[in-house]
Amino acid sequence: MINFQYSRANDVADALRQIAADPAAKFIAGGTNLIDLMKEDVERPSRVIDISRLPLKTVEETVDGGLRIGALVPNSDLAYHPLIVQRYPMLASAILAGASAQLRNMASTGGNLLQRTRCYYFYDTATPCNKRDPGSGCSALNGLNRMHAILGTSESCIATHPSDMCVALAALDARVHVAGPDGERAMSFADFHRLPGNSPQHDTNLRPDEIVTAVELPARGFADNYTYLKIRDRLSYAFALVSVAAALELEGDKIKAARLALGGVAHKPWRDTSVEASLSGQTANRAAFTAAAERLLRDAKGYAHNAFKIDLARRVIVRALTQAASGTPQSQSSKFVR
Amino acid sequence: MAKTGAAQTLGETIPAPTKIAISLKVNGVDKPLRIAPWTTLLDALRDHLDLTGTKKGCDHGQCGACTVLVDGRRINSCLTLAVMKDGAEVTTIEGVAANGALHPLQQAFIDHDSFQCGYCTPGQICSAAGLIAEGKAKTVDEIRELMSGNICRCGAYPNIIAAIQQAMERS
Repeated sequence: MINFQYSRANDVADALRQIAADPAAKFIAGGTNLIDLMKEDVERPSRVIDISRLPLKTVEETVDGGLRIGALVPNSDLAYHPLIVQRYPMLASAILAGASAQLRNMASTGGNLLQRTRCYYFYDTATPCNKRDPGSGCSALNGLNRMHAILGTSESCIATHPSDMCVALAALDARVHVAGPDGERAMSFADFHRLPGNSPQHDTNLRPDEIVTAVELPARGFADNYTYLKIRDRLSYAFALVSVAAALELEGDKIKAARLALGGVAHKPWRDTSVEASLSGQTANRAAFTAAAERLLRDAKGYAHNAFKIDLARRVIVRALTQAASGTPQSQSSKFVR
Repeated sequence: MAKTGAAQTLGETIPAPTKIAISLKVNGVDKPLRIAPWTTLLDALRDHLDLTGTKKGCDHGQCGACTVLVDGRRINSCLTLAVMKDGAEVTTIEGVAANGALHPLQQAFIDHDSFQCGYCTPGQICSAAGLIAEGKAKTVDEIRELMSGNICRCGAYPNIIAAIQQAMERS
């Protein structure tokens, strides 16, 4: 880890002033990803600006029946918050599927969004990586790429965004509130993270002088028919090979509305609204779920070691939609997949 | 290897260590410290306060050997900057016993022979203390899942789980 300066932000305006004054600085909240990357010399900020004491730690109800989650609410507090458990159990489940209890105690809501999209070559400073060192090449394309993306990839980068929480937030159509020198703005969750294209060094559309202040959930929580199904190499504390957040609104056996987002398959949480639209009006059965999976994976592309993910994703989508339809969400402690 | 997207390159002048004055309450005792900002809480405990019970395993948040309680919550001290915890209460394995009696988890780990080499044990016990305080684990499956941030390379898991169950029943 290189040497760096440390300062504390007193409020959001102060944090914005400090980052404007030192563009090579980084905000730090939980630090679980940033400090790890700093130890590997992947991130080398001149200064860390400590935002962990800012008053962004509340979960508040909004006028239109949703929730506004402060950017500094720890992941564990959010997962166990009574309003999240009651109204957005898919989000609670996704959070508990990720990381470990210790990391969830440390990691913040905003930090979860801003953890780096990454792969082991991004961490390995002895190898080329366009995300770490733009223009140097991608070691994963022709390297070990078992964990890598199958959707939305480019010749520049095939890394995946590892968050579970963000997959549920994408499916729930959350909005991200940010503050910057020109005031506040909000982005749809789909617009927050980006695909690699020719500039994989940018994971998100957040500007360098902006700060995430809150994540807002709309009223609709799909609390009756949902699941978060995560498939990984070991039963706990591992990144997803494929994960699926699935939510349905049913009328009898007819689908009125569907939500579907995938983790472990792309540079960002992968949500395809055309697939969701194709499900609505259909009977909730295996044929409809299989057709949805085929459609979602129509442009999927495998590499030397990860082509299995395409078939795996198809099965996980069908299984997740089946769990959602029957109102039997995946348990995150008993790992038996039904 | 050239690196971009980074503020500094190796060989550039690096800032001189500006030490920052902080105070931690460690195991009930106020500990004023002057430390560089890049000192992790783990290194502050081990190298500055001589509390070597907390172990450095992977130093990347993957093994849980460095688990301590900060303001009652279990965290990985290796991924925490000490300066960020100025004013916090820290409990390490050296501080879990009270009034000369072992903590119920310490006694349970002895009763169930819950270690072999013992290197992960301080982290396991601090993590289990956090788990019990959180109150979310009721079943064996839930204990297993919520202890998954602590690795035991000797594989003493069945005995660790039995010890935690015993301590949970008596707490």
